[in-house]
Amino acid sequence: MKRREFIEKTAASTALLSLGLSLSSFETNDIKHLTILHTNDVHSHIDPFPADDPRNANKGGVSRRAALIETIRKENPNVLLLDAGDIFQGTPYFNYYGGELEFKLMSMMKYDASTIGNHDFDNGLDGLYAQMPHATFEFINSNYDFKNTVMNGLVKPYKIFNKNGIKVGVFGLGIELDGLVDKKMYKETVYNNPVEVAQDMTQLLKKDEKCDLVICLSHLGYNYRDDESKICDLKLAELTQDIDLIIGGHTHTFLDKPTIVKNKAGENVLVNQVGCYGINLGRIDFYFDKNKAHTNQGKSIIV
Amino acid sequence: MVKLKKYNGFLKLFVIFLTLFFIFSCSQKNYNLTKIEGKQLPITEKGNETPQIEKFIKPYRDHINKDLDSVLAYCPETLDKSTGKWQTTIGNLMADVCLEKGNVVFKAREKKNIDLCLLNHGGIRAILPKGNVTTRTAFEIMPFENSLIVVALNGNQILDIASYIIKEKKPQPLSGMTFTIAKDNTAKNILIQGKPVDTNKTYYVVTNDYLANGGDNMNFFLKATDKFDLNYKIRNVLIDYFKEVDTIPVKNDVRITVE
Repeated sequence: MKRREFIEKTAASTALLSLGLSLSSFETNDIKHLTILHTNDVHSHIDPFPADDPRNANKGGVSRRAALIETIRKENPNVLLLDAGDIFQGTPYFNYYGGELEFKLMSMMKYDASTIGNHDFDNGLDGLYAQMPHATFEFINSNYDFKNTVMNGLVKPYKIFNKNGIKVGVFGLGIELDGLVDKKMYKETVYNNPVEVAQDMTQLLKKDEKCDLVICLSHLGYNYRDDESKICDLKLAELTQDIDLIIGGHTHTFLDKPTIVKNKAGENVLVNQVGCYGINLGRIDFYFDKNKAHTNQGKSIIV
Repeated sequence: MVKLKKYNGFLKLFVIFLTLFFIFSCSQKNYNLTKIEGKQLPITEKGNETPQIEKFIKPYRDHINKDLDSVLAYCPETLDKSTGKWQTTIGNLMADVCLEKGNVVFKAREKKNIDLCLLNHGGIRAILPKGNVTTRTAFEIMPFENSLIVVALNGNQILDIASYIIKEKKPQPLSGMTFTIAKDNTAKNILIQGKPVDTNKTYYVVTNDYLANGGDNMNFFLKATDKFDLNYKIRNVLIDYFKEVDTIPVKNDVRITVE
């Protein structure tokens, strides 16, 4: 009996040992592939544009976006699906249902997170609050303080996603509401300086939490040519460090490809935005390597 | 028994060692980012649809379409904001309707009357086509959420309104006010509700919230001595009006005369 027990345990530990060795040897040469998919300023555009639309004929549509996302998920299950705000407002779907269908469809497409845009306040804080039960994804914003509002506790300042061993830290930045959104809509929401908040967030996510990747979901806008003093994504990228990717919104900027900006530490930051109305889906693929021989060569950016 | 205990202790240590080794070997080196590829993927009609999503949207879409396409009124001819130098049929209609419907609310709340209405030409987003008028028509003309605001201005700002219209050279929707553009490009014969403008008097001007905040450089609205939010969306003003009338009137009356 004792002998039998001994043999079983030895066998088990040997198995564990060999498993451990094989795992660790496998991991040192492992290349991990993470796909970030993103939208911004979809503005309740659930149906594609009609065929007679002068500008965007037959473009967009949630049903097609869902199919494209599904195809990509089949190719690489390691997907993070994000939105940079302004989910609400723009078609009668919003006027009739207050954002219910938008949230339900995003949940069906398995969005992981969204930040909050100025138009997401269009039915007031109460209007946003009312739709929260329809969203299975996270709302992330780091510079709005909702403490004295109904939204208290429903919006996370950041979230760390563990995607197949890759730690992805996501935080969110919203635009200044004063002058843009009626006070009666945002009530006691407090806007904090996005650059300062970004510095705190990157310290937390990169230095303390040691995330492999830090993403900022921003609704600040890509840039403002007529107002140099206004904070925007390009400026945010320059003024901060340890952000790998800024996914932007608000300005409805159509870019041919993501912009590369040098940050405060001289490192490359990717800034992307995909226009509006669900016409495009942004796709950024990140490849991670544990093999030192590869990593010494530095990262290559193909856009 | 003693022997077994010994083995267990050894095994326990061994497992702890393995676990620590594992954790250590995993955490000693983070993953390094080696390659990034970025691109934009267009969503076009070439893409497949998702039957499950389509099925989910359908009842929502059907309900909206049924509501949007129900006929509210009839329009005998197309009202278009691009036909007319200083006033247009659709602009006249919108300004008149906003004044009339806004005044019902304003009078009930403030016991005062609105004197005039000024909107912006750019705010009319579609034509009012000949034929059946539906809720969808109202959504097309007014897709934004702007609502009516009554602004109290003195007579000097009324003069500014006239100068603004002349300077901008656009048929801004105007109701309750008429004037003449003189040969020297200044405004004269400015009448409010048929009476000459009095620079000492306070006038109540109904407009939308965007313009009331100085939008489209309508800076005279920023000099308001008082403001009243009617909490009445312009789209709803149109819908309510369409429900009331049978046939949409074609308002060709001249509000701004050129000398």
